[in-house]
Amino acid sequence: MADKVLMKGNEAIAEAAIKAGCRHYFGYPITPQTEVAAYMAKRMPKIGGTFLQAESEIAAINMVYGVASAGLRAMTSSSSPGISLKGEGISYLAGADLPALVVNVQRGGPGLGGIQPSQSDYFQATRGGGHGDYHLIVLAPSSVQEMAELTVKGFELADKYRMTAMILADGTMGQMMEPVDLNFDIKPAPEKPWATTGTKMQRKHNVVNSLSLIPEELEKLNIARFERYDLVKKNETMYEEYMMDDAEIAIAAFGIAARVSKNAVKEARKRGIKAGLIRPITLWPFPDAPFKKAAEHVKEFISVELSMGQMIEDVRLASECKVKVSLCNRVGGMIPSPEQVLDAIVKASK
Amino acid sequence: MSTRQFLFSGFGGQGILFAGKFIAYKGLIENKEVSWLPSYGPEMRGGTASCGVIISDEPVGSPIVNNPDVLVAMNLPSLDRFESKVAPGGIIFLDSSLIERKVERTDVTVFALPATQMASDNGFPTLANMILVGKILKELGEYNDESLKAALAKVISAKHADMMEVNRKAIDLGANS
Repeated sequence: MADKVLMKGNEAIAEAAIKAGCRHYFGYPITPQTEVAAYMAKRMPKIGGTFLQAESEIAAINMVYGVASAGLRAMTSSSSPGISLKGEGISYLAGADLPALVVNVQRGGPGLGGIQPSQSDYFQATRGGGHGDYHLIVLAPSSVQEMAELTVKGFELADKYRMTAMILADGTMGQMMEPVDLNFDIKPAPEKPWATTGTKMQRKHNVVNSLSLIPEELEKLNIARFERYDLVKKNETMYEEYMMDDAEIAIAAFGIAARVSKNAVKEARKRGIKAGLIRPITLWPFPDAPFKKAAEHVKEFISVELSMGQMIEDVRLASECKVKVSLCNRVGGMIPSPEQVLDAIVKASK
Repeated sequence: MSTRQFLFSGFGGQGILFAGKFIAYKGLIENKEVSWLPSYGPEMRGGTASCGVIISDEPVGSPIVNNPDVLVAMNLPSLDRFESKVAPGGIIFLDSSLIERKVERTDVTVFALPATQMASDNGFPTLANMILVGKILKELGEYNDESLKAALAKVISAKHADMMEVNRKAIDLGANS
């Protein structure tokens, strides 16, 4: 226990960001992520950083764009409706190849929806969310410890590939407290020779921009960007497998749904049903490999989600529709119970 | 004990979340795996407040407490809402100063303590929660001088260090009643 503290997931994200060298946070309050902003408001002034409550979500994401252009680690956080407002800015970050971290602590939607946990922004996060051809690196923590670790990872990957990374959490992950060990190694941020840091009359101007009016050039930029995305797919895909070796029924679940599902898998095993769990940690890039492999020996995948069925499409794609993929879900701020997931496993096993 | 699930419930302002946090920290100090999950949102603004705490020898799976082994009910709406959810063989601790009715379940153990009355009689009217915490620790065989002292130091910030002693008094009052 020596170094562990109890922290809310939202606070763990904020403290990890500070440890990762982020000194610029811009946000706007919205439940259930407000503790990120509150924590930053308290800490940033003490360490010479900037906490700024912007006049809107749109302003906040554009402030992130500004700091990222100058080569510094910047972040913003919000919850579902606020992330939609940031959509334009996120697309601009992608178009300008800027590293930044965006945190979405999801709540039920669409529209203003509710304030209870949800995973219904999966499509928005993994397919882009804003306009244009682009991806975010999407990280899905399943514990408070991972809220912290993936925040650091998000900054590192963002810098490494000049992409914007997103933490896709939910109200439960943000609000719950668990023991966290924050003593992790932080690599220093890499040099950013492209950043607009002032020429000091020593070099040519750097330009950070998402506007490119010549189609031939814009095409080239898009293709080059996707070559970089291919590298991310190849090098950075993360997932956890639980009791998958001999599994006949495989659950696919991330975040809080994976926590609930793990209970159900354990219970199914006690009853002699060979169940397992694949938990994607990166939602983009999606971990195709474990699903493709599992499709050789499982008879059914069950996608457990707090949505009407979004990740299920990636499960189907990854497993190449070789076996049945069913959905076990609750929506609108409700969370599936372990019993509901167990029932789905039992049904699939028959 | 392998896993024990607690649900603390009452009005916002009764120290429900604080009591849960104390129990979670005590578990952490005793090298257990723990989780703490509050209800959040409009419930906290004058309505009912609750939090689920899991203390386990194994990593905590789902942090959501649907069927608590231990229910702490500090007002009637909480008992009404959660009594039926308590796991068979579970325990209910209730504040009988604020809950006049009896528990209907016959498959659970009930400890009723007039915690709010005791708190104001003893000059710390805001600590009915910690009186109940003391009772819980005693009845569960979890009263441990060292770890509860350490847990208090974790949940009470240095700024409010003067509250340590009175919290300890409230815990002991509950434990000895």
